[in-house]
Amino acid sequence: TQSSAVVETILSCCRPQYHSPLAARCYSHGKQETDEEFDARWITYFSKPDIDAWELRKGMNTLIGYDLVPEPKILDAALRACRRLNDLASAIRILEAVKDKAGPHKEIYPYVVQELRPTLSELGIPTPEELGIDKA
Amino acid sequence: MCFSTLNDLPTVLSSRSLARFRRVRPPSSVADRPRLKAERMLATRAFRLVGKRALSTSVCLRGGHGVAKVEDYSLPAYFDRRENPLPEIKYVQDLSAEQRSLKEKEKGSWTTLSIDEKVALYRISFKESFAEMDKSSGEWKSVFAGILFFIGFTGFVVLWQRKYVYGDVPHTFDPEYKQKELQRMLDMRINPVQGISAKWDYENNGWKK
Repeated sequence: TQSSAVVETILSCCRPQYHSPLAARCYSHGKQETDEEFDARWITYFSKPDIDAWELRKGMNTLIGYDLVPEPKILDAALRACRRLNDLASAIRILEAVKDKAGPHKEIYPYVVQELRPTLSELGIPTPEELGIDKA
Repeated sequence: MCFSTLNDLPTVLSSRSLARFRRVRPPSSVADRPRLKAERMLATRAFRLVGKRALSTSVCLRGGHGVAKVEDYSLPAYFDRRENPLPEIKYVQDLSAEQRSLKEKEKGSWTTLSIDEKVALYRISFKESFAEMDKSSGEWKSVFAGILFFIGFTGFVVLWQRKYVYGDVPHTFDPEYKQKELQRMLDMRINPVQGISAKWDYENNGWKK
């Protein structure tokens, strides 16, 4: 599917050649977490109703540390967490970080924004482009 | 140390660290009491033992002198990094009244905020956007200019040294002397196969064409 192709970036040498973006473990044997499990885990993390600011920051910084661009549904959960925490700035920062994570793959960020457009309109989150902070 | 069993007590008391508190040994009838109450008593007595030692190191006893000053560098810091998009603290810590009211407005629906207000909220939390933190500076031009400048300056120093510091070169560098040297080398047939004497035309007394 297009989304899993979008999510996959560079595969490290110790990972087998099927889609498996879990960066934390490199097993030669043992169960590999699937894309869906990874996504579900992170959506659950951000969907915690009483998530606090530290957890949001920790989650986001960890997620950005992985060698992948997060799925739009994970980002949707993260943006809603920002809404619960009344933190618009972090929501914009998350979008910036996603664009930065995509690196040379310029088509990923517009896709992500397109997928998130309903959420962005609903919550009133502007993209960095709309604010004009995407240019130095 | 685990206080989960009554049998642990003798080993706790006999350990070297608690040797000085031996006189505060709990009563031997502890084993007769119900297990839960006994364990609680053990725990409180053990904590009292530890507490006695802790008290001697506590702040109050020393009049508050032993507390280390909290240094700036040990507090959470703000920094703009690509790999750490959400820093530990907001950039602006002391908000003006205007910013505080904006923060209150943020608690409502974000659709009511204007573009400027959204930018203002962003700037409260963050110093530079990703684009700003990632942009390259023109520093390399200054660095390169500095390198060239100092190389040039070194050239000046070398020329000055040649004029004012170094004495004359030896007489062996005089052109006439050098000619005599060359003649001597040719007479000796130095490097006659492929070197200097090979290039000299001995019949015509000149260099080979």
